Amino acid sequence: MTQSAAPSTPKISQQTICMLAVRDRRDKAAFAELFDHFAPRLKGFIMRSGTSNAQAEEIVQDVMLTVWRKSDQFDPKRAQVSAWIYQIARNRQIDVFRKNARPLPEELRHEPDAEPDASAMLAVDQEATLLKRAIGRLKPEQRAMIEKAYLGDLTHQEISTETGLPLGTIKSRIRLALERLRHELRDIR
Amino acid sequence: MSAIKHHTPDPLMAAYAAGTLPHPFAMVVAAQISMDDTARASFEAHKVAGGVLLDDTETAPVSEDLKSNVMDQLDATYVEKPRKKAQGVYPAPVMEALKGRPPRWKSLGLGVRQDIIWSGPEGSVRLLYIPPNQAVPDHSHGGLELTLVLQGSFSDETGEFGVGDLEVANENVEHTPFAGGDQACICLAATDAPLRFRSFMPRLLQPLFRI
Repeated sequence: MTQSAAPSTPKISQQTICMLAVRDRRDKAAFAELFDHFAPRLKGFIMRSGTSNAQAEEIVQDVMLTVWRKSDQFDPKRAQVSAWIYQIARNRQIDVFRKNARPLPEELRHEPDAEPDASAMLAVDQEATLLKRAIGRLKPEQRAMIEKAYLGDLTHQEISTETGLPLGTIKSRIRLALERLRHELRDIR
Repeated sequence: MSAIKHHTPDPLMAAYAAGTLPHPFAMVVAAQISMDDTARASFEAHKVAGGVLLDDTETAPVSEDLKSNVMDQLDATYVEKPRKKAQGVYPAPVMEALKGRPPRWKSLGLGVRQDIIWSGPEGSVRLLYIPPNQAVPDHSHGGLELTLVLQGSFSDETGEFGVGDLEVANENVEHTPFAGGDQACICLAATDAPLRFRSFMPRLLQPLFRI
């Protein structure tokens, strides 16, 4: 799958197109494309926390099946495909490695027949692209901290809630995402 | 619920999105997301960041039959386990912890009641019921305490908290929460350590009530 185009030529990302084909048409070829892109990334991400090869593959399988089965919960106006899959992977990892299922918020049901809103989907994709750039500009040690925070070892629980994560320069981007989402959620309610 | 003034702080939300929060705190944050659109937006925003990092992460090649295994299972019937829904003042994650039943209140005296809905090595989560104008005994904490208001309101030395507001108290805070006058206050409170009461009597009762 190719990386998304430069922001000067805004285009809905290939990942979003595939995911919508899976959601709306149960398109297996589109799912296979998503599998090829995400399965090796998910495996790499899961193995970071010291999970064995076999167990990591088991989790990847569960995550990808959940992507297929719960595709109706994918809302391209709220988050890009990778964000949605990221959460599924985190949920699965917690359910596997901890005794207690992860507490989840009440699911918001988006309108099933809502018109596809291209500009909202674009905004989500562009936001992800800009955030990616902001993260790319971080100093290596800052980036390592951010990665540890979002992809880090599950057993590591010494989270500094007092001083906060070193969100640093990506904080403003998260802030902007938040503003847009606040607006978006008003329409969903 | 535009009146919500005390939101989940960013680091806490990032840790929730990353799945690194201890279970008791994760439950409170999930409950606030269920009640508060700002919290939900913040949660989504942190997922965007997590997704970017996932997309950028170093890949590990998967074995050849993994894909065919997955593709073969796409047509299998799948029944999703139904999740508990919000009931009354209790948001979905609380109903999940209550297993769908109403709270089983235990009296702590002076009309104050509690139901410990989860406890384990990572801490505990309780529902607290405080009659109008009633104080919860003065206490400090061994660790971090998160308190989410589900009904009514309370105020303490740090401010006033209404429905959907989250108070984050660390071990340095010694506070006396007071329920508002209109209605009994029902809170969801999570700690990663047992609470320590300051006055003599409640400290004696502590092992009895596990408060």
